[in-house]
Amino acid sequence: MRRTETLLAIGGAALLVLLAILAPWLRFVLTIALAKGVAVLGILLLLRAGQVSFGHALYLSFGAYTVAFLAPAMPEALILMPVAMLLSGLLGLVIGLFVSRYRDIFFSMLNLAISMVFYSLLEKLYHYTKGTDGIRVGVPRFLGMALERDQFEWAMFGTALVLALAIGCFVRLYLASPMGQALSAIKTRETRLEFMGLPARAVLLSAYVLSALMGGLAGSIIAMTTRHVTPLLGYWTVSGELVFIAILGGAGAALGPFLGAVTFELVRVYAAASFADAWQAILGLVLLGVILFFSRGLWGMVESLWRRRA
Amino acid sequence: MYGWFEENGLLLGLALLDGLAYAALVFMVAVGLNLVFGVLRVLNVAHGSLYAIGAYAAASLGLFAASSGLPAWASLPVLLVAAALVGGILGPLIERLLLRRIYAQEPVLQLLVTFALFMILEDAQKLIWGTQPVQNDAAMRLLGNFDVPFGADFIPFTAYQLFVLPGVAVATLVGLAWFLRRTLTGRVIVAVTTDREAATAMGIDASRIYLLTFTFGAILAALGGALSSPTASLVPGLGAQTIVLSFAVVATAGLGQIEGAALTALMIGLSRSIAVYFLPEAEVLTPYLIMVAVLLVRPQGLFGVAETRRV
Repeated sequence: MRRTETLLAIGGAALLVLLAILAPWLRFVLTIALAKGVAVLGILLLLRAGQVSFGHALYLSFGAYTVAFLAPAMPEALILMPVAMLLSGLLGLVIGLFVSRYRDIFFSMLNLAISMVFYSLLEKLYHYTKGTDGIRVGVPRFLGMALERDQFEWAMFGTALVLALAIGCFVRLYLASPMGQALSAIKTRETRLEFMGLPARAVLLSAYVLSALMGGLAGSIIAMTTRHVTPLLGYWTVSGELVFIAILGGAGAALGPFLGAVTFELVRVYAAASFADAWQAILGLVLLGVILFFSRGLWGMVESLWRRRA
Repeated sequence: MYGWFEENGLLLGLALLDGLAYAALVFMVAVGLNLVFGVLRVLNVAHGSLYAIGAYAAASLGLFAASSGLPAWASLPVLLVAAALVGGILGPLIERLLLRRIYAQEPVLQLLVTFALFMILEDAQKLIWGTQPVQNDAAMRLLGNFDVPFGADFIPFTAYQLFVLPGVAVATLVGLAWFLRRTLTGRVIVAVTTDREAATAMGIDASRIYLLTFTFGAILAALGGALSSPTASLVPGLGAQTIVLSFAVVATAGLGQIEGAALTALMIGLSRSIAVYFLPEAEVLTPYLIMVAVLLVRPQGLFGVAETRRV
């Protein structure tokens, strides 16, 4: 399966590039989908430990607002992205020290509460954040070059694709490493993990910080692609969407989040175009169908198709 | 200090009255969520949508009742009827058709099933009631104002918010405590909450209890919404707001405590309305700050009991 997965990842990436060339308007949707996929990889790490964060929109919006605040001072995409990622990781470390003491519903709810605190700060501190109007993000430079809008969009698409592949590889290695194995032990029997001398809190904390880094990076890509950030990116329903995408794609493999994110964004775009008032309900129905009939997600379907052929 | 009170005393009094009415509504939703989680072990994200649908249905039913010539006093019982209809129809439907299929699944999937339901119900509201604000304050106008004595002054406050909302909440609290502790069905619900396996082994039909509890929780949520409808104009997004707030109450109170949920709702309701009057920027923040502060000190919630760890 390992080799197949690599082949599928390369094939999928090629397919995305082809789609972006054939239908230029899809390039925007696909960039957002890839960015969200990166954030969902972070959710996947936490799901391995059996923990659901209903608050990771916090890191998405934190990364996005970091870009919005810093872009006028240093308009360079390749500096803004790592800065947003690192600051978001720092925030994740501070919050993680607190939330990694909790499990299950308390873990979910605390993440939710903290993300809602940040959301209402974004909304209320009008003086700094312009409230619900949001902040416009100018086109930053890319590698020191001032690009046209079209070229910049291509650059962001390419960057998102490369980052998605790199971070996907990283997550696969991480999950196979002893750290990743310890992570799934938190889900099965945490006490036994500690009997073996491994600190469960530290294991969960490191996954949490990684997920915050990925969330911040995804947020920075989203900010530079949509070029307008609003507090809505930090609302709890966005956190719910990230978990949704994780389950839709299948939480079993690193390719799942991207499969889920691309499907999610495409269904959203088409449903919103044809049924303006019911796109959310359509996504809800898709999610119900996936959970009730294919609880291993789209990636699980691909896998079982593959097995049947082999 | 004395000078501050002279100046802001009335405002503080108004904030306390407002907070009391608000806490009553928060309690109605949170206690239903708590009850359902205790028995089904499913955190129902769509609980807030039932509140919103209860509110919309009450407003529509009230308008319909008024236009079909029912007397003005009928606007109060109409609220109860709307809540019973919404909870009594949607509750069993959701439990039988959806939740029942996922009790054996992982908690993540259960959470997401209710999230999917939330998405569907949110759009259903927009399709039925549109995105324009809906308002029907007949029940509140019916009872008029009441002058609350406050020191040498009076604070005019609507009798509906002063008597009906806290009254129904207290009645729910007392009734629920009596039901769970004194009646057979109530004790069976407590038994299933405490130990599902042992309860089933004693011959309790858990599936019937699940249906009953979920319907009951749905009616409580719809009742909270119906009672709130005369006091505010209803806009989309009500369900999403309500659910995060009631999550905060449930997590702060700890699971399985109805009196605890009442006290927490009171605490959160009062501090929120004090924030509304004296520090408007912090209005939305207060419930979450209280929750984070409480969980920092007591990880199992104010009134929750810490679970022993599995080995």
